Amino acid sequence: MKKTFAVLLALTMALTLCLTGCGGGGERIVNVCGWGENIDPELISQFEQETGIKVNYQTAESNETMYALIKQGGTDYDVIVPSDYMIGQMIEEGLLAELNYDNIPNFELIDSQYKNLSYDPENKYTVPYTWGTLGIIYNPTITGGEIDSWSALFDAKYAGQVGMIGNPRDAIGAALLYLGYSVNTTSEAEIREAYQLIADAKASGVYQGFFMDQLYDKMEAGETAVCTYYAGDFLSMHENNPDLRFVVPKEGSNWFVDAMCVLASAEHKEEAEAWINFICKTDSCLANMDFIWYASPNAEALEQYPAYYEEVNGEPMDPALYAVMAAPADVLANCEAYVNLPAETLALYTDLWVELGIG
Amino acid sequence: MKNKRSLFAVPYVGWMALFVVAPIVMVVIYAFTAAGGGLTLENFSRMGSYAVVFTRSFHLALIATAICLLIGYPVAYMISREGPGLQRVAMMLVMLPMWMNFLLRTYSWMSILENTGLLNRFFSAIGLFKLLNTVFGTDLEYFAMINTKGAVVLGMVYNYLPFMILPIYSVIAKMDGSLLEAARDLGANSFGVFRKVILPLSLPGVLSGVTMVFVPSVSTFAISKLLGGSNELLLGDLIEQQFLGTAYNPYLGSAIALVMMVIVVVCMALMNRFGEGEEQAVML
Repeated sequence: MKKTFAVLLALTMALTLCLTGCGGGGERIVNVCGWGENIDPELISQFEQETGIKVNYQTAESNETMYALIKQGGTDYDVIVPSDYMIGQMIEEGLLAELNYDNIPNFELIDSQYKNLSYDPENKYTVPYTWGTLGIIYNPTITGGEIDSWSALFDAKYAGQVGMIGNPRDAIGAALLYLGYSVNTTSEAEIREAYQLIADAKASGVYQGFFMDQLYDKMEAGETAVCTYYAGDFLSMHENNPDLRFVVPKEGSNWFVDAMCVLASAEHKEEAEAWINFICKTDSCLANMDFIWYASPNAEALEQYPAYYEEVNGEPMDPALYAVMAAPADVLANCEAYVNLPAETLALYTDLWVELGIG
Repeated sequence: MKNKRSLFAVPYVGWMALFVVAPIVMVVIYAFTAAGGGLTLENFSRMGSYAVVFTRSFHLALIATAICLLIGYPVAYMISREGPGLQRVAMMLVMLPMWMNFLLRTYSWMSILENTGLLNRFFSAIGLFKLLNTVFGTDLEYFAMINTKGAVVLGMVYNYLPFMILPIYSVIAKMDGSLLEAARDLGANSFGVFRKVILPLSLPGVLSGVTMVFVPSVSTFAISKLLGGSNELLLGDLIEQQFLGTAYNPYLGSAIALVMMVIVVVCMALMNRFGEGEEQAVML
């Protein structure tokens, strides 16, 4: 009995070894992890044809999920595309590899505005992929009027019509902005004040619930009238419901950058850099912008996009929509990027979020 | 003979060891580990503040289980009384929804229950709201169903009802017909036959049905997210947040999961007492 078990164990181990080993042999591959619906699938096959490198594209739901998966081990990602604040945290923890920019000549095409940002001040680890703003999406046919302030998320006037965003950083961030504080504040009093604002709004029935991607359906169907979400996703919703409008509130907002990074544990670093270089090409950026509706940091692509849109879709792009996609300088000047918060502040966010669910 | 038989059990034992025992052992180890390493009980000291979440989850799961039993038992009983052809069709209808992905089914309930959803649009189309508004002088435009506790319970009942019907049905269907005849011969009316013979004999099926509905209900997080609007945190949500949320604290997550498992096991053990030695049913 004991012996059989030992043999079986040995067989299982040998099998696992073979399975993991076989992947690395022969062909060149790169494992990429990004958000769902965040890349034009055409680009993947184009890259595979051009370079002969096979792309395994996997998706994660949020920065936090991606981080947890990587921390737990058992992932084989080479390239990941997290957001600014998460990149800061991952660099701090030594999870990312320094890039060899000689292999990424197209990095030059990236507008200098998106280089050397606070999460990677010397730009040693990252190549920006997309950027955008957080704002309020609303349906004027239901609200019966325009919205220009974060107050809409806490106003009893919209009771039962608001879909609050389901992640603590953005939800508490919106409340902080409304109160006139920084989204990166570490003051416990300010964060608690922002939390109280949300808790009170919840208690007085302003919110339908706390949603993430369900918002697509709910906003498009007119089930939810007001929510806070990202510019690129608004454009996707707008395709299905042209009534919807997007506004960066007057109090200012968060602007974010999602950037491509290579994990320190990556087994295919060269292939990963080839992939990043390919994605930075102006052609790739144009195709991608047209598919995912998020603005590219590639200066040429950003400038050429309205013309490209007209060529592909046969009609000129609405300048108002373009301004949502690529927020103009005066809007951006009023926005603040997230930075990685210290551990105590993150713990406070987490505790408050649980408290909100308990209450 | 005995040796040969245990040889056949090896793959199963190996499977169980790898995918059932090992994860539980890991949960236990994690639950007693501090974030920086080393043994600790700290993860459990925070459990008090989650008491509300525990009671809320067990409360909702209990309601869902009770409703499942109330609906499931008569359905299983009636199906088992039918002819073999009809029984097969009925069983297929019970299992049919399970061919579709659980998340998809729950997602569709979202569009059914919403304020602008199918049900409310139907009610409004048949003029129900107009009627109610004129009769009661109210100002109804829709029934608020989505994002409530009721919707969460409905999601649990809908998703787990087959797990209640199937075990009860299979126990009743296999019941020895001569026992029922004997009971009638000895003068029991049909209610007596049911109460004195069928009900006690079907208890093992009821017990395993209750377990199979209660356990996934108490730990669900997808249903509360989609149908409850994440307004009220359930145990499953709390544990998920520790593993995949901003929190990332698998140690605390494991501790909560462990406490939940212990409570569930204790509940099951208590129930077994009432079932008078029908353990094997509950272990199913």
